[in-house]
Amino acid sequence: MKLLKIRTGLLCAALILQGTLVFAKDASAPRYTDSGPEPLLARVFEHIEQQRWDVALKETESLVKAYPNFRLAHLIKGDLLMARTRPLSRFGEGGEKEAKDQVADLREEAIARLRAYRNKPDEKVVPRYLLQMRPDQKHAVVVDTQKARLYLYQNDNGTPRFVADYYIAHGKLGADKFKEGDKKTPIGVYHVTSSIPRQKLPDFYGSGAFPINYPNAWDKKQGRNGSGIWLHGTPSDTFSRPPKASDGCVVLANTDLDALAKNLQLGTTPVIISNNIEWLSLDDWQAERTSLIGMIDEWRSDWESLDINRYARHYAKEFSSDGKDLAAWVAQKKKVNAGKQWIKVKTDNISMFRNPGRDDYVVVTFEQDYQSSNLSNRMQKRQYWIKDGGRWKILFEDAV
Amino acid sequence: MPTLFARPAALSFSHGARSLLIAAGLTLGLGLFLAAPAVANTVEEASQSLKAGDHAKALDQINRFLSDKPKDAQGRFLKGLILTGLNKPNDAIAVFRKLAEDYPDLPEPYNNLAVIYAQQKQYEKAKEALEQAIRTHPAYATAHENLGDIYSRLASQAYGKALQIDGSNASAQTKLAMINDLVGAPAKVGAGKTASPAHPTVQPPKPVVVAAAPVTAEPAKPTAPPVITKPEPVKPADPVKPEPVKPATKPADATAEIAAAIDGWLSAWSRKDVKTYLAAYAKDFQTPNGQARKAWEAERSQRVGKPGKIEVSRDKFSIKAEGDDKVVVRFRQHYKSANLNTSSGKTLVLVKRDGKWLIQQERVG
Repeated sequence: MKLLKIRTGLLCAALILQGTLVFAKDASAPRYTDSGPEPLLARVFEHIEQQRWDVALKETESLVKAYPNFRLAHLIKGDLLMARTRPLSRFGEGGEKEAKDQVADLREEAIARLRAYRNKPDEKVVPRYLLQMRPDQKHAVVVDTQKARLYLYQNDNGTPRFVADYYIAHGKLGADKFKEGDKKTPIGVYHVTSSIPRQKLPDFYGSGAFPINYPNAWDKKQGRNGSGIWLHGTPSDTFSRPPKASDGCVVLANTDLDALAKNLQLGTTPVIISNNIEWLSLDDWQAERTSLIGMIDEWRSDWESLDINRYARHYAKEFSSDGKDLAAWVAQKKKVNAGKQWIKVKTDNISMFRNPGRDDYVVVTFEQDYQSSNLSNRMQKRQYWIKDGGRWKILFEDAV
Repeated sequence: MPTLFARPAALSFSHGARSLLIAAGLTLGLGLFLAAPAVANTVEEASQSLKAGDHAKALDQINRFLSDKPKDAQGRFLKGLILTGLNKPNDAIAVFRKLAEDYPDLPEPYNNLAVIYAQQKQYEKAKEALEQAIRTHPAYATAHENLGDIYSRLASQAYGKALQIDGSNASAQTKLAMINDLVGAPAKVGAGKTASPAHPTVQPPKPVVVAAAPVTAEPAKPTAPPVITKPEPVKPADPVKPEPVKPATKPADATAEIAAAIDGWLSAWSRKDVKTYLAAYAKDFQTPNGQARKAWEAERSQRVGKPGKIEVSRDKFSIKAEGDDKVVVRFRQHYKSANLNTSSGKTLVLVKRDGKWLIQQERVG
């Protein structure tokens, strides 16, 4: 069957894509509303795999119709047509002579899209970073740079519920930004700071932009710099960009950005960027969350106890504050406490987000209502908790 | 029942900037125009005028003929050609389209419609028309070749959109062939309007290429990360061996040698001697579209070896030397089979290797 043999060659890439992904397919029935081009794209590759070329071409044409600037779809269309005139041995081969790098980019995009589509997160798992959303944080955004995917979660009484996911592009040179101009996307816990409407932006940024607060306090402590990391849209001449395309921003298709924008609260919505999301079962997530909340409450009541040793045991060996190391800081606190008859501390609106990077800490923020016999204040407090010798401890704290 | 008229010679003409290759062939009367010789002569005259390049006269003649016999397929077909020659593509389209409607079993009007659509860069329409031609005549070589060309144009357009490159440059050269004569497959074409629906046993359109690509990629295991393993690019068969230096051949000898080489090749082709046919090609033969040598050989073996009597011959050739061991030869090639009779310009680049003239390049036109 020579005829078939050519075709095996045609889109071996497709076969490989399928081969790696198909296993996840039957895990359970579709759970979420499918949007974007992935469902149709996946069908096209299925037809190709099963050598239903004409159907594949027809579906590809529908894809092109639905997404006129979807370059990947045009590439597949080119292949399916070209394969009628000569054997192709690689995905996108017919376009390689002209633009090899771009074909490679589109191939990456195909892999990323199909992989994400085939491996939608199970409803029984959550990104481990979303330990506790504040009640006013209606949604949280979690980005996986390796998977080229952004996941939107809804705050369902503290439990994150999956809403939607979108294909994204990130830094040309990957993730874990360190310095200005390194063309990398930062990894960490951020939030949306503002919104720049389409009218004020060049076409390059598409339908809008949402800057995030990189570098955050932790980044600055680590000596990280750079600025202008945004979530933004796509130029009008293309539906999407390759997985690694930006100077560090997270780039969405314009339709996706518009859909996402409806759920973003300026100054509030967390944006957590990971290079490889760790997923926890809801049980494990709940256990981790409860243990940390319990520890925060212990810290609070130990502070109220006026027993400096009970209070101090919540701080890590490496803790420092205003240039003082742990011992110096404890000594100062001891002196302050000596003048007090009582302390009352309330913590409200706690949020807890685990940092996705190598620095394994949880950033905890809350409204602190501090009252004591001789001093009272309210502040927005931020603490970085780490696991130190198997116990949660505070590495760093400040007011925000 | 059908009557056969032999057409005397191949027609050829060019249209504007884009020159079309012309296929010509045996004319099959449709049984419809078992016309009186005088009337047939009018078609003949118009055809002669067209051949002579006098389009206006040809149009006048054919119009006169058609006023008597408005339904005549042959006459209408010729009118379509004349209008094409007059650079009136929309009128020509109307003629060919109506003809295709009235005689859905004839592939030629569809083919020519496609050629005109392609000239207008309406490749989707061209594709549909050619697919229609092939649906009725699955073995229709010209339509297959044209369809291949349309597919690559559409592919180039798609690649252009995918990669933001100018896809039109990728296939600037056109090789669409206009059919100049109404050629019916004997015993297959019914009598016009009353013809039965397309042959029920028609095969689905086949891809033009029927050769295996040497693909080595294996599907990855399900647990592996989805990395595409790139198969090695297809390599040309063998590196070219350095040629031993030889004394220059005398021109006269060379011409005789070249003639012998070409005729040997054509004769091997005619008698379907695939081995000898392929041996006429140099190791560094430039396969069409940069196809792998093996794939090309497989394809040629399949095509040349196809059963059915064929005859390939040539007219006088012209030689242009490009060095002692390299010549460019041009001639008119005639191809005759049971249901296809074409005549086209052919250009061969021959190189002398180990005392033998071998084909390094083969181009139509």
